[in-house]
Amino acid sequence: MSKISLIIEREYLSRVRKKSFIIMSILGPVLFAAMMVVPAWLASMEDDEVKTIAVIDHTNLYSGQIENTELLKFDFLDEGSEEEVRTNFKESGYYAYLVIQDNLLENPEAIRLYSDAQITMDAKGYVQRSLRDHLKNQKLQTYEMEGLESILSEINQINIEIPTVKIGEDGSEKQSSAELTMFVSMAFAFLSYMFIFIYGTQVMRGVMEEKTSRIVEVIVSSVKPFQLMMGKILGIAMVALTQILLWVVLTILIVTGVKAAFFPDSEMPSGTQAQIEMMQDQNPEAAEQIASMEDGFNFNKILEMVNSLEPLKTLLLFIFYFFGGYLLYSALFAAVGGAIDHESDQQQFMLPVTIPIIISLYVAMMTFRNPGSDVAFWFSMIPFTSPIVMMARIPFDVPLWELLLSMALLIGGFIATTWFAGKIYRVGILMYGKKVDYKELWKWFRYSGD
Amino acid sequence: MAFLEASGIVKRFANHLALNDVNISVPENSIYGLLGPNGAGKTTLIRIINKITGPDEGTLMLDGKPLRSSDIMKIGYLPEERGLYKKMKVGEQAVYLARLKGLSRNDALKRLKYWFEKFEIQPWWDKKVEELSKGMAQKVQFIVTILHEPQLLIFDEPFSGFDPVNATLLKEEILELKQKGATIIFSTHNMASVEELCDHITLINNGKAMIEGRTEQIRRGYRQNLVNIEFSGQREEVEKILNDNFELRNLNSVKDHFEAQVKMTEGQSLNNVLSGIIGHCTIHSCQELLPGMNDVFIQVVNQKEQPSQNQKS
Repeated sequence: MSKISLIIEREYLSRVRKKSFIIMSILGPVLFAAMMVVPAWLASMEDDEVKTIAVIDHTNLYSGQIENTELLKFDFLDEGSEEEVRTNFKESGYYAYLVIQDNLLENPEAIRLYSDAQITMDAKGYVQRSLRDHLKNQKLQTYEMEGLESILSEINQINIEIPTVKIGEDGSEKQSSAELTMFVSMAFAFLSYMFIFIYGTQVMRGVMEEKTSRIVEVIVSSVKPFQLMMGKILGIAMVALTQILLWVVLTILIVTGVKAAFFPDSEMPSGTQAQIEMMQDQNPEAAEQIASMEDGFNFNKILEMVNSLEPLKTLLLFIFYFFGGYLLYSALFAAVGGAIDHESDQQQFMLPVTIPIIISLYVAMMTFRNPGSDVAFWFSMIPFTSPIVMMARIPFDVPLWELLLSMALLIGGFIATTWFAGKIYRVGILMYGKKVDYKELWKWFRYSGD
Repeated sequence: MAFLEASGIVKRFANHLALNDVNISVPENSIYGLLGPNGAGKTTLIRIINKITGPDEGTLMLDGKPLRSSDIMKIGYLPEERGLYKKMKVGEQAVYLARLKGLSRNDALKRLKYWFEKFEIQPWWDKKVEELSKGMAQKVQFIVTILHEPQLLIFDEPFSGFDPVNATLLKEEILELKQKGATIIFSTHNMASVEELCDHITLINNGKAMIEGRTEQIRRGYRQNLVNIEFSGQREEVEKILNDNFELRNLNSVKDHFEAQVKMTEGQSLNNVLSGIIGHCTIHSCQELLPGMNDVFIQVVNQKEQPSQNQKS
């Protein structure tokens, strides 16, 4: 046992001290933090210049119908001043001028917005929305209904948000958020996929390094090949954990640090808020939806939703499936590394190992839409795909028996692959300069002796 | 008593028999040579002794007790395919490998300091292995092999890749280790070093042990009754006598005397040769010529193939 821990220690330290690990550990959180902070920062940097737009309304129907905002002011000018504004536009100080030629209900194209610069989406969108609201009201008024004012104000207050409620097995109700659930399951599935791939490949490279540098025979004269393989796999697993931990901690530190430095008093505008503001100008309906979602994100509600995901259970399951999947695949990756002599040979053996991983990600994507489907069920049972697919299903509440069965199968699966990989690894690492094919691997697998 | 005794070792691979009933018996505190052409099964036997692979049949006894996994701490092994982690620092790596053999960190550091100074590679302690020359890396490897002071040392082709200076150093160290009480097995193609170092040998060919025994005895066993005689006097007379009664292989004049290589036929001895010529010349020296291990090696390896050919014809 002490020998395995020696190997784990070496594998861990030699990787954690690498420059690439340190760079990744710093770069990752910087990128994550940038993803959260930059949209907010951009939003706060939005130009606060007040633009004034001249309105020349030949119909006199719309004067005063476009309200000034903080950044957009409207000057309603006389009919006759169009010529003057046009010729002296540069000196006039106007950002743009709007010309309305005709009744817009009858002739919606009789309107133009002129400027010497490209007119921003904000300005155009705002004018468009203001006029559209006004025209809608005008049209309604032509029906001469009674009490229209109050009807309109009532109509404008209609809003709907459907809270989703998950019924527990004991009949208890928990408020859940479909958006949050989906986001969490997607994040888990993708995280498992990424780490199995990155760190599984690292195991393979490590084995190949030992084989090509010819140190492996020196080491297996002190420890059993299986100990060497497991030591490497576990050591690299700890590197993966360290990386995740560093990313989480550093991201939180950077985000809170930036918040304290740049938004000391006010609440920092979140990325979603900035997105809502941007969307409002282009697609008011979508923006409203997000805004309502955002409204729902007051602290207590979030807490309730997160609780509906049972964070402790989810985290424990994530750790279990992550490790199960990692152990299962890294054993196979170790066998591949042991079997080949040159990097150029790895393709033919890598493919059968990577295909199930990629398939699981596809199935996981489908699972978000239909977590109870047969496909999702079966792929969350097969040990080769369950680490990723089951993670995608967990936020949608999986029956206990399915979970237990899947976990048992995964444990069995990784014991079987580790045993299988160990047999190939043991022979492969001491085999030099031999062209290896699947027939050869099968022979190695069947060698007797320990 | 034999320190290491392997009896009836059989190892089968998928389509050939790597070792076919091999017995070796390595006396304590001796140097034991394992010879044989490439692919004869030497490395397989060595791996079995090191518990890297297991035999299909046969038993291994170390110091009178069956060899167990924990015994590999008593063994130091320098494999033929050897290397170090390229990206790791020399000192750190040496400590790591020593600890894998069961030394504590402090013991490892203490002993490494002694050996690094002895081999004058102390300044390289903090360098990465990839910066080392091949010779220096081999010194590091040798140190790591013997650091835990194993009772049994196994060197597989220790001289391959060593330059003459380091090879000499290695030879001296091997002899010193023997003096300190270690038992050493080594496999090599370098027959000169076998004659020089090995007390006993086994020659393996095609998975079978062809000959085993004390090096001198084996060489004597393969002697061809050749004697070398230095004399001065009447060359023609001597030449005639030797040609008539024996087989004269060679006769040269060297400086102020002559040298003759004579092959005696069955039943003749050096005494017959000397009494034949003693009245015709002055004899300065005479010596029986033992075949070199090289000759023995070639003879044994070829011998095996001849009988099978005879059987067919």
